[in-house]
Amino acid sequence: MSRRNAQIAGALVALLLAWLVLFPILVVARDAADGTALRAFFGRSGEWAALWASVWISLVSVALAAAIGVPLAFLFEWFDFPGRKTLGSLIALPVVLPPLVGVIAFLFLFGESGFIARTVQALFGLPEAPWRLQGPAAILLVHAYSMYVYFYLFTRAGLAKLDVSMLEAAQALGAGRWATIRRVALPLVRPSLVGAAILTFMTSLGSFSAPYIFGGGFRVMTTQIVATKLNGDLPLAMVETLALAVVAVVGLLLLRRTEGDDILVALGKGIAPRPRPIRSPRIRVLATVAGWGFAVLLLLPHVTLALVSLVPYGAWTTEILPPVLSFANYARLFSEAERLRPLLNSLWMSAVSTAIAVVLALVAGWLVVRRRVALRSAIEGLLALPWALPGTVFAIALAMTFSVHAPPLRWVLVGTVAILPLAYLVRALPLTGRALLAGYRQLDPALEEAAASLGAGRWRTLARVTLPQLRPGLAAGASLAFVAALGDIVASIVLYTYETRPISIEILSSLRLSETGVAAAFGVVLMVVSALVLGIGARR
Amino acid sequence: MDAVVGPARAWHGAAVTAFLQVQAIKKQWAHTVTVGPITLDIARGEIVALLGPSGSGKTTMLRLLAGFETPDAGGGRIVVEGEDVTAMSPARRRFGMVFQHFALFPHLDVGANVAFGLRGRPDAARKTEEALRLVDLAGFERRKVQELSGGQQQRVALARALAPEPRVLLLDEPLSNLDPALRERTRRELRQLIKRVDITTVFVTHEQEEAFDLGDRVAVLNAGDLEQVGAPDELYERPATLFVATFVGRANVFRGAAARALGGPQGNDGLVVVRPERLRFAAAGLPGVVRERRYTGAAAFFLVESESGERFEVLAEPDAAKVGDRVFVEAERVIRVPETGR
Repeated sequence: MSRRNAQIAGALVALLLAWLVLFPILVVARDAADGTALRAFFGRSGEWAALWASVWISLVSVALAAAIGVPLAFLFEWFDFPGRKTLGSLIALPVVLPPLVGVIAFLFLFGESGFIARTVQALFGLPEAPWRLQGPAAILLVHAYSMYVYFYLFTRAGLAKLDVSMLEAAQALGAGRWATIRRVALPLVRPSLVGAAILTFMTSLGSFSAPYIFGGGFRVMTTQIVATKLNGDLPLAMVETLALAVVAVVGLLLLRRTEGDDILVALGKGIAPRPRPIRSPRIRVLATVAGWGFAVLLLLPHVTLALVSLVPYGAWTTEILPPVLSFANYARLFSEAERLRPLLNSLWMSAVSTAIAVVLALVAGWLVVRRRVALRSAIEGLLALPWALPGTVFAIALAMTFSVHAPPLRWVLVGTVAILPLAYLVRALPLTGRALLAGYRQLDPALEEAAASLGAGRWRTLARVTLPQLRPGLAAGASLAFVAALGDIVASIVLYTYETRPISIEILSSLRLSETGVAAAFGVVLMVVSALVLGIGARR
Repeated sequence: MDAVVGPARAWHGAAVTAFLQVQAIKKQWAHTVTVGPITLDIARGEIVALLGPSGSGKTTMLRLLAGFETPDAGGGRIVVEGEDVTAMSPARRRFGMVFQHFALFPHLDVGANVAFGLRGRPDAARKTEEALRLVDLAGFERRKVQELSGGQQQRVALARALAPEPRVLLLDEPLSNLDPALRERTRRELRQLIKRVDITTVFVTHEQEEAFDLGDRVAVLNAGDLEQVGAPDELYERPATLFVATFVGRANVFRGAAARALGGPQGNDGLVVVRPERLRFAAAGLPGVVRERRYTGAAAFFLVESESGERFEVLAEPDAAKVGDRVFVEAERVIRVPETGR
């Protein structure tokens, strides 16, 4: 491809991305400039309360997730005890629970008619459930459970890169174990910690399922926006969306400033410490028991979900454990056309959006890294933009933008089969984009040149050299994108139609009809598919 | 002092009051690789090199001294100034260590790196300044460690290790990370500095020249065993084992008839080692043909093949012979070593 053609291709890709991810936000910004809505937003205390709730819930989620994830990372990276390897991977299991599935699993486990509540009630002969799983505490419980994994994985990765001689140098200079952690290890993994904090903050700010199911009267901005939109007050919903977007961007920028340079790369050339066996037998037993106990606690939601999915409709009333177990719910899932449909919808919509996101990222990566087109930073920024904004913002923005017929930029897509894959695509772009840009950057250009000098044409080089080298990053990005689309709830709830309803919507309506078994069976299917796809994506 | 801790006494592990005593220290890795048992006495202010090929156990030995590895049970001890530190953590052992890649903390500046081991001391600022002045880096406190050259990083690492006034200084391949052109000069400066501070020092190296130049005594390790300890010229002239003879300096090994022709002992097990500079072309002796000539300037190495097929090197005047010449070689001095063991 000639230089000029590459520039034209770069401009076209930049335009396409701008239309996909930037234009809808601009539409929201313009519509939000509405006097009545602005006055309503600034005048009502409920709006401010919801915005503040979003912020503090996110900050506390970061603190809780760090408090669980960071010590665990040190324990598993530095110490050896029986079952360390198995436990080390089990402990990352909350990742395979899509947000909504995790929430309903918690509902079945800790909710007022869940296992734990029933057990306590039966044990103490209480007339009613001992607690209600509601409000900020419930939301934070779910967040801590599902988000500590970010801190755990990021910190472990950071510690694995750490040069063991740094720690030994500190010890040789008289620093004890805690001083070494505080004065050397933690400062050196700071980039990883900040990365995890950013991810947790953004995920928590955009979290919808937990506040939606457990919020009760407690509103955060995501649930507030959807409620306003469903009430039909569109201008106010626009203002709220914009406010959430502003908070997200400000939060992201503030957290970024604490990141510092990637100092590990600068001097790190040593080998990571090998895990040390715990010597004291008492502490060894304690660590092992605590580790396994923790793993069981982490797996309880998964087990609960599986168990509830085996309970036929109406078969379980007041007993602690369900009296009858059968595969009736799964049979219904796969034999009734109306039940099978959401499953197929979710699968094809996620697959299509992932495929398009991969192709776009491949082209963008090639233009940005290999051809270094003039608009490369614009392309890179646009690819990353959807990650900086909560899913709710994009759901509302797409709903607004594509409900008006004004070619060539705006088409009526809401209500058609195209809108949900489009929404999933927007969310998938940062995931595939980041993975493939990194992949291209690690790829030695000499490999492609070698293929060319051996007589391979452009397509043969792509197929035989470039793609095989990019495969690990591509698989990782694509699997994350697919699982995110499969588990999406917030775009789905705003944009679905009856014909295109995905699994998450079906789970919600099953819950509403008290068909908990069916909802759980859907949850198990989602969980298994997510785990399989993530497992395939993580293979090297 | 030499009389007390001389090689002969240290060799037998005699109960002398050396400053740093290593007594029967042993460490087994997996089931096959074992380091030790090693016994070594080091005098106050002495610089000892641990020399050996990779895998010889020299780094393990240094890490055992530092306390990063724990020796196997069985009576092995590490004693400093009469104090048994075998079970003491590295943090309380008060041994200064300079790491191979220096291990400077990238999140701290030069001053904070040097002051790291001085935490809680009221005179930390003054000590930091002194340590930096000692390594000729006065005024570098606010610099980032990433911005320093390799030689400067090494000196900061040295200042950091010396600032808390450790009892023993340990250096892991101290010069391997430096530009070859810089090494020779740095080696001399390093020796002068250690002698000025007058600190007992143990360092690890795989280069014979570095060990000879920097160390007062050299301990040669091979496959986990201590082969010989001694001053450089002693190792070179009177190697205790075939390994030491061939690892320390260039050496030609002769057996059987060739060994006898050069003046070795009579008998079948005759095995002698001759340094290339101790061989010379003569009118009679071991006959052979010159196969290659390597010119080095002041002299040349001649690769000679004897009639029985042995190939060896002779160091001689550049014009002493030509490739293809038939020559006779005689030895000025032969070294007799046992085939195996000590």
